[in-house]
Amino acid sequence: MNFATLTVILALVWAAITGNFSVLNLLLGAAISVAALWFVRERVTTPTFFKKFRRVLALILIFFYELAHSATRVALLIMSPNLKKRLKPGIIAFPLTAKSDVEITLLANLITLTPGTLSVDVSADRKFIFVHAMEVPDKKALIRDIATGFEIKIIEVFK
Amino acid sequence: MVEQIAAYLAGILLLVGALFSLLAAIGILRLPDLYTRMHAASKAGTMGSGLTLIAIAVVAFDGAVILRALVGVVFLLLTSPVSAHLLSRAAYMVGYSPSGGMKINDLKNYRED
Repeated sequence: MNFATLTVILALVWAAITGNFSVLNLLLGAAISVAALWFVRERVTTPTFFKKFRRVLALILIFFYELAHSATRVALLIMSPNLKKRLKPGIIAFPLTAKSDVEITLLANLITLTPGTLSVDVSADRKFIFVHAMEVPDKKALIRDIATGFEIKIIEVFK
Repeated sequence: MVEQIAAYLAGILLLVGALFSLLAAIGILRLPDLYTRMHAASKAGTMGSGLTLIAIAVVAFDGAVILRALVGVVFLLLTSPVSAHLLSRAAYMVGYSPSGGMKINDLKNYRED
């Protein structure tokens, strides 16, 4: 029996015992189940599960961090008095390592939420994703940032 | 006590959210073309409305309201980058050129190949 089914069953048991099937109580039950199963993880789960769980969590945290970071940077840029001079827009081609639909979609969304970058198009052969950037001081550095940041994390999650 | 802390927290979140919404609007006014405007709309806009929804979740003390507010945030995070992507792609397809020109344009080179 895998981890997800066990969690669902235990959450239902929790709801039955407490006599409350509200969404919030079911979520609490699921949280307690995960915590409880974590103690006996060697017996009931494959060792990769918690590793994967941690990676998904890491991706979500990075997502929120980057969103806050990029919103602040764009806000500062908007309010700078010599806006026209600071803008050096360009569209760069980012070579994709990610292959599946979900990975590419997620990467495109994350790129849009990163400082000063916006995904514009994906090439028909899925080799490149075209990224519009507000400032392109160094094309290679920008590509490297995306490849070693989000892309690796996304590929790890779906591996 | 908890309610007071929640009220202050929600107040701060609302103020920051409103500030980001204002900045998104200013950005759309000040930036020169659609592509750069999408930067402001997608980032500062998501931030503004997301923080406002989280503020509601903080003061609600009601499971159903909290859950709906959080689902709203997730939908914003999923949809606003997609709409920015679609708008800029559509603009590029119909040949709307970026104002002031671009130093690097790999997409143009790619399409001409």
